Amino acid sequence: MLVLKKFEKLAAFTLISSLLIVGCGGADSSDNAGSSEATAMENPVDPSTAGNIVGSVAFDGSAPAMDVIDMSGELVCADKHSDTPMVQTVVVNDNGTLSNVFVYVKEGSAIDGMQFPTPSAALLDQDGCVYSPHVMGVMVDQEITIRNSDGLLHNINATPTEQRGFNTSQPVMMETSQDFGTPEVMVPLRCDVHGWMTAYIGVLTHPYHSVSDGSGDFSLSTLPEGDYVIEAWHEQYGTQSQTVTVTAGGTADVTFTFSADMANAAVPMGTPVELHDHSLVTDHQ
Amino acid sequence: MDTIRIMLLVLTVMTIPLRLDALQEDDLGKVTYDRWCSECHGVDGSGNGSAAGFMLPRPRNFTLAQYQIRTTASGDLPTDQNMLDAINNGAPGTAMPAWDDLLSEPEKQALVQYLKTFSRFFPDDEVPQPLDFGGSTRTSEEVVAEGRRQYEAIECWKCHGDQGRGDGESSPTLVDDTGFPAAAADLTENWFFNGGDDVEDIYRAIRTGLDGTPMPNFSDVLDAGVITEEELWAVAHYVRSLSPEEIPGISEVVQARLIEDLDVPRSVADETWNETEGVYIPLVGQIIVQPRWFNPRVDGVWVKAFHNGEDISVMVRWSDPNNSPDQAWSDWKSQVVTTMEPKEGGDTGIGASPDQLVVQFPMQMPEGMERPYFLKGDSRRPVYLWEWKSDRQTALEGEARGVGTESFQAEGQDLSVEGVHQDGQWQVVFTRPLLTEDENDLDFITGEAIPMSFFAWDGDNGESGNQGALSSWYFLMLEEATPTAVYVAPPLAMLLAGALGLLMVRNAQKREKENI
Repeated sequence: MLVLKKFEKLAAFTLISSLLIVGCGGADSSDNAGSSEATAMENPVDPSTAGNIVGSVAFDGSAPAMDVIDMSGELVCADKHSDTPMVQTVVVNDNGTLSNVFVYVKEGSAIDGMQFPTPSAALLDQDGCVYSPHVMGVMVDQEITIRNSDGLLHNINATPTEQRGFNTSQPVMMETSQDFGTPEVMVPLRCDVHGWMTAYIGVLTHPYHSVSDGSGDFSLSTLPEGDYVIEAWHEQYGTQSQTVTVTAGGTADVTFTFSADMANAAVPMGTPVELHDHSLVTDHQ
Repeated sequence: MDTIRIMLLVLTVMTIPLRLDALQEDDLGKVTYDRWCSECHGVDGSGNGSAAGFMLPRPRNFTLAQYQIRTTASGDLPTDQNMLDAINNGAPGTAMPAWDDLLSEPEKQALVQYLKTFSRFFPDDEVPQPLDFGGSTRTSEEVVAEGRRQYEAIECWKCHGDQGRGDGESSPTLVDDTGFPAAAADLTENWFFNGGDDVEDIYRAIRTGLDGTPMPNFSDVLDAGVITEEELWAVAHYVRSLSPEEIPGISEVVQARLIEDLDVPRSVADETWNETEGVYIPLVGQIIVQPRWFNPRVDGVWVKAFHNGEDISVMVRWSDPNNSPDQAWSDWKSQVVTTMEPKEGGDTGIGASPDQLVVQFPMQMPEGMERPYFLKGDSRRPVYLWEWKSDRQTALEGEARGVGTESFQAEGQDLSVEGVHQDGQWQVVFTRPLLTEDENDLDFITGEAIPMSFFAWDGDNGESGNQGALSSWYFLMLEEATPTAVYVAPPLAMLLAGALGLLMVRNAQKREKENI
């Protein structure tokens, strides 16, 4: 009986979500006037005078051994991992670079005051009892679709500093929508049911954010020309920043280097991001 | 907890200059707060008052505006009424007392407004909107059974355990938003529920979650159509059914029922235990001698007893999420120990320690009401002890003449024991002959109120030695066999009374005649 019931709910849920997807696929959904207005808004940046920043995050020293996650209590999740699941605090790639570094424009008078369109929903999945992605960036008011792909109880406990958090449960395969209304780097999320599950979301007033990938690479594209303070944030090794000059049509190359001996660095959390409150200073390197 | 609370209050009062006559209404909130709340919650509302270090859970940090007990959605601010209720009701099972009768209505109202000033999250214009919970559905066996099904389906047991005793597989890793260990609620003790013991209170906690703790809201699940309101109410009814119908009153006496011509129940599984109600005895942290303990896991024990004129057996059961020592709880233990212990100079070594129970009796029956000192007696009035440990198959008898003088004998034991841990609960049965050869053993005499008290330790909660929980003195009363005298004495007394009455009447009549 119970199984059947769950199945029915799942079927209903799938139906509803597919309807929703179809609905959203057309014109802007009308359930959120603010966001439809924002989506209709044009990007204020003139691509012909814009430039890009590309770069990578290097890692010095030997990669610290991460704890193995004991998923023996959650076989559904354990079965989803072909390799032994490891805690994701420090993920050093095969090419010696560092994954999961949040790179973003912290200061930049060129974009100060600009209104950017709100992108479509970002996905935060819980798959195999890990968050995917582990680190992500969104814009203020951008919808975050939190999905449970495991079909077992997860709770998503967001504990921001600059704004109100939430703690919601997802006992079955389902999706929940959330957003953050205030810029903040970073907002920590955790699952209390599975103590190893953590994620971090950077919330910004602009779209210039990226997360270093499995090759350590990141990119920030279509920036108006000007000087920027780019910050790189890592959950274990803290933050670093550089001043980068973007020229029209140019691509600035930036490398951040974190090292194993920074393991005790202060990791800022819940920091407000206010482009206009900062002035460009050169001692950021 | 009461003692420290009162001590703290007295200290606070003493340090406050008495300038109340100069008090302006605007200051009432601040004055009330500084006087009664700041010791724990801090003058700045950050939850770091001078007494905070002795508390788990830690006092609320008002700067975050996170309130567990709300009628508003997860992450939303509480209503004024929510805050007032929290002040009035306190948080049972924590250091937060109920201020209902301790503060005046204007003081409490002013306090609510003052608490808001600690946080930038309280807006001037917006009024937080409570959720609509509808009304409670009626409970019935079917509703409770449906609640049980949903309890399984939405996996409440992950933290709260299959039988609700806070022993789910996720329970050892739970922390609150400030990183302190957070115990999953034991759902079999609704009198310790934060936010109230009624089914309505339970439903509200499920819908809104308890912000700042691992307890999530289940409103989003409702909105997503995963569960219906009726099913969620059924969960609340099921949770309510896990606790006794009535909150156990304090009963001073544990009756050991006489079962004539039968053996006393010597095992946990013996069905004889079902024939009697247990008596609930509350336990508190040991805070008299150093090192003290402010974070006891065992907050009460249920006690039953039988005797058959030859032997006595006493069953003690209590909630404890695990059988210590247990690797799964080692992180929990080290967190609790580093949080609580450094201030007390206790045993900071994080060695494996078992769960323990000690039952205490006086070594000799006291004359009148003069019982031994409840903390292991003294030189004049020693105590006789039963000691059980989870890492040992036997129980030991011992004696003490004050804390630290306990000695237990390994040989010549008259005491036998069985301890079983299941579903977040210990059940321990002690059996002993009523009379023994040993002069240091108390003889259990029927019909007498025998003083009895309890000490309990949860090893993986960092408890051992003086750092554990204890009760005050209670009584064990062995039921007396109905003596043959019962059938002879009353008729005899009636006859005698009748005869005396007649005699008196005769005499009176005689005197009356003489007077005439």
